[in-house]
Amino acid sequence: MIIGETPPPAGAFGVDAIAMTMRFGDFLALDNVELKVRPGSFHALLGENGAGKSTLVKCIMGYYRATEGDILVGGREQAIANPKDAHALGLGMVYQHFTLVPAMTVAENLVLARDDVPAVVNWPKEMKELEAFLARMPFKVPLGAKVSDISAGERQKCEILKQLYLKRRFLILDEPTSVLTPAEADEVLGMLRDMVVKGELTILMITHKFREVMAFADDVTILRRGKLAGAGKVSELTPDAMARTMIGAEELTVQPLRTGEAGQARLELAKVRALDDAGAIAVHDVSLTVRAGEIVGIAGVSGNGQRQLVEVLAGQREQEGGEIRVAGDSYHASREEMRRHKMSLLPEEPLKNACVGGMSVADNIAFREFDRAPFASGGWWLNRGAFRDDAKRKIRQYKIKTRTPDTPIAALSGGNVQRAVLARELGGNVEVLIAANPCFGLDFAAVAQIHAEIMAARNRGAAVLLVSEDLDELLELSDRLVVMFHGEFVYEARTSQADLTVVGRHMAGH
Amino acid sequence: MADGSIGLWTVPLAVLGGAIRVSTPFLFVSLGECITERSGRINLGLEGTLVMGAMSAYGISYLTGSPWLGVLAAGITGALLGALHAGICSLPRVNDIAVGIALMLFGTGLAFYLGKPLIEPTAPRLPAIDFGWWSDIPQVRAALRVNVLFLIGVALAPILYWAFRTTRWGLLIRTAGESSDAARAMGHSVLLIRLRATMVGGFLAGIGGSFLSLFYPGSWNEGLSSGQGITAVALVIFARWDPMLCLWASLAFGGAAALGPALQSVGVTSGYHLFNAAPYILTLAIMIITCSPKRTLTGAPAELSITR
Repeated sequence: MIIGETPPPAGAFGVDAIAMTMRFGDFLALDNVELKVRPGSFHALLGENGAGKSTLVKCIMGYYRATEGDILVGGREQAIANPKDAHALGLGMVYQHFTLVPAMTVAENLVLARDDVPAVVNWPKEMKELEAFLARMPFKVPLGAKVSDISAGERQKCEILKQLYLKRRFLILDEPTSVLTPAEADEVLGMLRDMVVKGELTILMITHKFREVMAFADDVTILRRGKLAGAGKVSELTPDAMARTMIGAEELTVQPLRTGEAGQARLELAKVRALDDAGAIAVHDVSLTVRAGEIVGIAGVSGNGQRQLVEVLAGQREQEGGEIRVAGDSYHASREEMRRHKMSLLPEEPLKNACVGGMSVADNIAFREFDRAPFASGGWWLNRGAFRDDAKRKIRQYKIKTRTPDTPIAALSGGNVQRAVLARELGGNVEVLIAANPCFGLDFAAVAQIHAEIMAARNRGAAVLLVSEDLDELLELSDRLVVMFHGEFVYEARTSQADLTVVGRHMAGH
Repeated sequence: MADGSIGLWTVPLAVLGGAIRVSTPFLFVSLGECITERSGRINLGLEGTLVMGAMSAYGISYLTGSPWLGVLAAGITGALLGALHAGICSLPRVNDIAVGIALMLFGTGLAFYLGKPLIEPTAPRLPAIDFGWWSDIPQVRAALRVNVLFLIGVALAPILYWAFRTTRWGLLIRTAGESSDAARAMGHSVLLIRLRATMVGGFLAGIGGSFLSLFYPGSWNEGLSSGQGITAVALVIFARWDPMLCLWASLAFGGAAALGPALQSVGVTSGYHLFNAAPYILTLAIMIITCSPKRTLTGAPAELSITR
């Protein structure tokens, strides 16, 4: 069949994937999976990391050629060999990682995405057309602004607008709300839902947020380890039932109860200031006190200075001004100070920020103590046996799935890399713990274990600073909540008394 | 004045003439490298391309008697070397900087080998346009004898500036250089875009080489290029990948390179070699002033291996 020979009629259309199997070498990523998306419906695709959701939609979009299986678009079988074929059929995808070019303007990005970019672009004419297009759309974006200068929420709206501008009528959204505040997420999904109801659009959304599934989706398909685990109407399911289908029989670590009260001030920030990579102020004179036995959560949409703040505390970025004190002593993020104050760090992207990918799991676990007894004699002669024994013990205790302690840590899955970092950082006594997005992209089992470890550290009397983009995580774990916006702390409340709408408003800067 | 002596005015005049004459190879190589780097790849081999271009231009000009055919041959040679660089770099796990250094040595070595018989003969040279006809002063006339290639290069800078913004090819090159993921998601082949950008870059660098052998200094020998190719690559970095800034930077470099000879001509002979080193000192100074451990370069294409 020739692609594009029979363009589907105007309006929404459905897509069916039948008996999809995808093999990467020995690894079976998809095993006889079926997905039926009705025309004019909002369909959610649920599953843990590595369940095969991305592989499935990439097969539909023509990035991968499925080993077996057929794709039906609007009821007709289509051979989709590459993304261009999918685009010609009216299929579009919004990726989890933005595909806008940051150094270009919104208008340039929109025009560029077309299949028929004119050899010479007539900008005045294009701008007029773009403005006319935007006037018909539910959301607004600044056409002349550079993408790098607009907020994450606006970028996500741009990504979706781009697909609508290209007249795509079947949209695949890959975790579209991970960078949005709850209010922004509701706004964007609500508007898309309206278009679905009007019959203009069909949506397939990959997500792990049950709240969004319950509020916006008609149907749901659940994958587990490459297999179809369940499917049905959302109205007939509960979040609990969906979670159980996603996880299967796996046991989750039980989080200890919150016990004990906050003690003395452990970590004090006074007017701390830091610059970002472009030399602009990213952290603007922030002050904060974290007490022993307390979790302080920093909420905020990504890119509001949280990363730079954590980098200063971790010693990865120079501090421009202000003072940091740990247990009353001035702190400059040296290794000696970290050791003395029993500081632990769980930075975001642990493989990049907390590990040396090419070195073994055992070596990575030993980083903090490798030149001390019992791992070294005289501060220079390393005892490899002690490394291995310690690593073996921690691998068991923290359920790290690795073939041997000598496997390079980069070969481990994201959850197991984070477990190894957890073993190193929380294996000993902890007085101050700084964690940044510790559960980003991890599966339920790893998330439950990490949350339990953080809570246990708090209960043992550690002062915990938890920076996260996941508001649910912060509400679950923290004792106090601080909202960071444009490099400043704009809101603070006890978590038990925090009002979600007020928090969301501050995250958006209102 | 009648005897043509204009005293110390010789120095700024010679610097102006130098800026026009010496800057041309800088200009072509930097504009070519600008295109290549905006597509997300660094071609350090342009020094080799420049020397190969100079050799092939001289050879073809000598054999056919037409310097313009020589210029064309230099461009084609450059494009082929560019294709070689892009071809090798499109293989998995190949580092473009290492390949560039290899091609720099390969290009110069090959040019010296093939160019051995060309050292003796004299090839027809490129014509110049006399913009100094209004003046009686020979120094002014000499300074204002402008080669057509220079004018083409000067015109090319604003054309590229415009093309990066308003043409399909400009937008695609920038997309490939800023985000290969975005380019792939739109269904474009990043490798193909970079292949073409590297070939165009090589074409321009080859033409820059033809200027060396066919106009100034205007002969073929092994000491023809004193690192203009590699300096031009550095020049692109502090021109912030902007073709118009490439033009101004090339002129500044040309002027700096003419400083030593100009001072010598008015009798300042002490520190001659030091003044000859002016372009390199300028390179170092600008690099030191503009660099910072705390910032990334603004305007740098995000996919370049030096910025990633």
